[in-house]
Amino acid sequence: MAKITYITHAGDSRTLDVKTGLTVMEGAIKNNVPGIDADCGGACACATCHVYVHEAWTDKVGTPSAMEESMLDFAEGVKSNSRLSCQIRVTDDLDGLTVTTPESQH
Amino acid sequence: MRLRKSDACVIDGETEASQLAEEPGSGVVIVGGGHAGGSVAALLRQYHYTGSIMIIGDEPLHPYQRPPLSKAWLKGEADAESLLLRPASFYEENHIALRLGAHVERIDRSAKTVVLKGGETIRYTTLILATGARARRITLPGLHLKGVLELRTAADADLLKAALGPGKRLAVVGGGYIGLEAAASARALGAEVVVIERESRVLARVACEALSTFFQDYHRAKGVTFVLGAGVEAIEGTGGVAEGVRLSSGELITADAVLVGVGAVPNQELAQAADLTCDNGIVVDLSARTSNPDIYAIGDCTRRPMPLYEGRMHRLESVPNALEQAKQAAAAITGRTPPLGETPWFWSDQYDLKLQIAGLPFDATQILIRGDPHALPEGGARFAVFHLDAQNRVQAVEAINAGPEFMAGRQIIGSRKPVAPSKLRDMSVSMKEVAA
Repeated sequence: MAKITYITHAGDSRTLDVKTGLTVMEGAIKNNVPGIDADCGGACACATCHVYVHEAWTDKVGTPSAMEESMLDFAEGVKSNSRLSCQIRVTDDLDGLTVTTPESQH
Repeated sequence: MRLRKSDACVIDGETEASQLAEEPGSGVVIVGGGHAGGSVAALLRQYHYTGSIMIIGDEPLHPYQRPPLSKAWLKGEADAESLLLRPASFYEENHIALRLGAHVERIDRSAKTVVLKGGETIRYTTLILATGARARRITLPGLHLKGVLELRTAADADLLKAALGPGKRLAVVGGGYIGLEAAASARALGAEVVVIERESRVLARVACEALSTFFQDYHRAKGVTFVLGAGVEAIEGTGGVAEGVRLSSGELITADAVLVGVGAVPNQELAQAADLTCDNGIVVDLSARTSNPDIYAIGDCTRRPMPLYEGRMHRLESVPNALEQAKQAAAAITGRTPPLGETPWFWSDQYDLKLQIAGLPFDATQILIRGDPHALPEGGARFAVFHLDAQNRVQAVEAINAGPEFMAGRQIIGSRKPVAPSKLRDMSVSMKEVAA
């Protein structure tokens, strides 16, 4: 388990226990966290699970793969700390991770 | 405030109870517990719908994702829990009643009830049909034999998985997405695979020739055998067990299991019997409303307007469409602003290939290829096929391991702006620049 905090664009915050091995996206979808659509269910095919990783966590979370990067390139409102949450697997090291969802996924 | 049990929904506990309606028989009843049905229920709660919600599904499982059934699930890379759209506890926490393994026999529009097999009636204020599609059944001798399979449900996938493995031989009738994805997964499990296709190429109905050729070559390089342009005469077997597929040519393709994947038909019979307008799918508008204002329909079972394509009516079989229509219906029911229109899209994973398709080539007059479709697996295939109309507007893009082409393509299709074909063809011009 790791505690992950999801903050919406509007500023609403929810902290959830997410099982290690799941992705940050799955943690959101399974708990009906708004702001993450994840149309493709985690296949890195749609870029609708875009999140901003809080600065303190960007190193621990790591860098995106080439495929993820190319998808992110065209996502709305992309920043240097943008990631696709389906590509971030939850580990004990990520206990306390905070991500913010963008204004829109489409 | 303590809630009473309503006719449509059994609500226990008091969490958020004060917000929930308590009128007996009021609320949303969703027929179909698949991706569309499960998603619309969750969205209604996300949009603060306070009435009761009940999902009636004929499968015994909580709403789950179907796309992995031919991919990760078949290969044993996904477990039952990861297949679920949401954990079982989600429905209880959000006051979404589930009636699983229950079959709706008819809709009584005047009484605003649905009647279950066994006679039980359930009242609705708003009904959402999310009945999906079923595998098309062809008339063929031997279809009843053990080992003849289709792939639509988790139960189907379990049967198929049990039939695969080293030393086993799978015959696939139909070279569509389901057939090819199953073929790729079967190869990963060590089974021999023969794909039998009536047309002269695979994906004949859904992809352009360049893409068909590419997939055939790729699958062949992975050890799949194709029999193209072949009619099927019968499935043959002894002792009630399938042993092979007899082709019109007389040849027998031997197999331990036969997967029939020849398309899907919409489950529209309930709607038809209730006099809702149907035409190869339950006809809906952009709010996912049927010809009856109290009844919505979403997902594979519908035929819907396509605003990007001159308002044509079309039936889309895809998760993105199910989700788009779930949003349309949930927004309409809760009085929210309708969601913005989306460019339809699809994806398929086979081996290490990611195929992403955006748009539909209804009015395409020219095909333009960016990248090299002849590069073989080892070379790292990466290309995209663009379909342009006479005004050089992109109608559709089929992208293989090509994220930028897909993502930019989706934007360009949505914008309806013409592009410069010379730039689009030129790999040294970035997709950002093409889309600008």
